[in-house]
Amino acid sequence: MATTAATRPRAVDRAPTPGRGLGRRRVGTTFYLMLVPSLVLFTLSIALPAIMGITLSFTDSVGFGEFSFTGFTNYVALFSDPAIAASYGFTAGFALVTVLLVNVLAFLLAIGLTSRIRAKVTLRAVFVLPMVISAIVIAYVFNFLFSNSLPQLGQAMGLGPLEESLLADPDLAWIAIVVVTAWQAIPSALLIYIAGILSIPGEVYEAAAMDGASAIRRLRSITLPLVAGYVMINLVIGFKNFLNAYDTIVGLTNGGPGTATRSVAMTIFSGFTGGDYAYQMANATIFFLIAIVLAAVQLRLTRGRSAF
Amino acid sequence: MTQQSLLTTGPGQVPVRRRRRFRASGGQDRPRWQTTVLLVLCSTAVFLPLYATVVMAFKTAEQSVDGQVFALPSPVSLDGFVEAWRLTNFPRGFAISVFVTVVTVVGTVVLAALAAYAIARNWDRRFFRWSFFYLLAAMFLPFPVLALSQVKLTGMVGLDNPLGVAILHVMFQLSFSVLLFTAFIRGLPEELEESARLDGASTWQVFRRIVFPMMAPMSATVAIFAFLASWNDFMMPSLITADSTMQTLPVLQSVFQTQFSSNYNVAFASYLMAMAPAIVVYLFTQRWVMAGVTQGAIK
Repeated sequence: MATTAATRPRAVDRAPTPGRGLGRRRVGTTFYLMLVPSLVLFTLSIALPAIMGITLSFTDSVGFGEFSFTGFTNYVALFSDPAIAASYGFTAGFALVTVLLVNVLAFLLAIGLTSRIRAKVTLRAVFVLPMVISAIVIAYVFNFLFSNSLPQLGQAMGLGPLEESLLADPDLAWIAIVVVTAWQAIPSALLIYIAGILSIPGEVYEAAAMDGASAIRRLRSITLPLVAGYVMINLVIGFKNFLNAYDTIVGLTNGGPGTATRSVAMTIFSGFTGGDYAYQMANATIFFLIAIVLAAVQLRLTRGRSAF
Repeated sequence: MTQQSLLTTGPGQVPVRRRRRFRASGGQDRPRWQTTVLLVLCSTAVFLPLYATVVMAFKTAEQSVDGQVFALPSPVSLDGFVEAWRLTNFPRGFAISVFVTVVTVVGTVVLAALAAYAIARNWDRRFFRWSFFYLLAAMFLPFPVLALSQVKLTGMVGLDNPLGVAILHVMFQLSFSVLLFTAFIRGLPEELEESARLDGASTWQVFRRIVFPMMAPMSATVAIFAFLASWNDFMMPSLITADSTMQTLPVLQSVFQTQFSSNYNVAFASYLMAMAPAIVVYLFTQRWVMAGVTQGAIK
């Protein structure tokens, strides 16, 4: 990498025709003017806050006023804090369940939506629709359904635990969050699976059909292995997104009952009002490191894909 | 291949092509009715909450509390909308949402297109190549890591308002948008640009007259994603905007959770008014939405 970076520009300077070389030097300024404003704004609004946050995680700052550096104190405390452990436990469990549910359903829907069906375009559009609705607003709608309609149905049918609101039960509230998050997240996973299935050449299926492979067999031996890459992409992107869960949870339970459904993101934001600013910045930094690991996995996977 | 097939999933042209392909592939080309029926049944899962929202919004206050959520409104009442309009100060919230979204969409398309063009045409230079990876890095930054510092910084420079929210939306959309634009520009033939340059056009003219118009399909995708992200966002405005009278529509919905928790018809009328614009835009632009998701995922 270092060698290419060092040799390439020189090679370009040497190569071009006289006219082009002249033009190129003059053009350069415009290209810089096109890029630099974005870079400056980006640095101020993204990179700088990130660096500030990470720096403050090594202090005892409460968000304003004076502070002093305390080294890794916050980090040490983090690892023995049951509230932090609970929020990570909840978030990871929730993300895992949601990612599985979303991918199973999205894959089945994608199979259906790429088969010979009527009104294909309309049906695809319908299943993508949830993607475009505000997460907080749809969470409020579901909040009402979970706390009013579902208990009513449960009482009418004598369904035991469903006779009470799911959202008021510390052990069951997470189910509501999974359902609503999945409702919102299935569309984008679905589209990726549709793209994956459509990228399989039809000839492969023809050959299989000629060899007498059953539909199930074709699904297992052709479709699944050939979309495996897309499955991995969906798993990683989904897991990364669900770890950041915030809007849906705020709209459904606001972290409750108690702190039963408090995600990591909500815990971090609590540092803004709770006085433990630096402490939550340390939490955010740990969270960042986890995200970097996931990003590295994702990069590896997507790099493999583009060879296709 | 994948991108093309999805780009053409829009209404119109495609069904014809698809049907033809099936015929060519031999075998049964009759549509599968069982699958179709099954999928239609599944689609009720999408429609049920939306149906509930619409019927609740048109009920009277008395009918909305009787617990029969899915019952049709009788009589049909517009009181919910009138109340919601007043309680959330809808025109102001709507105007602020529109302002934030328009600034976000225009800002994203312009900044990302310019940056992507500069990067794609100077890929052999280290500065531009590294800038690309620098911008891309934000895709992997979880928002909570930056949020608290962003709140402080925007407060310090007086941007704890809708404009600040819009600027941050643009910055968060930049990574994904530059990625899409750069990939698209690499696929454009350079000959046209070169001949324009020989005719004496400056880089800026080449971009404005030739490259930017050619990027229109990708600009549409980028714009729709910026629109959806900005219009529907709750977290950023709720954290950044200090003055509660300057809030966007999604944030305003929270008043029904805290202050007016029993006026269900009013709440649902308000939810409906907040989600309707996104649904309408989606209905008109769904093929770019579909193309965009797949392009973003596969690249």
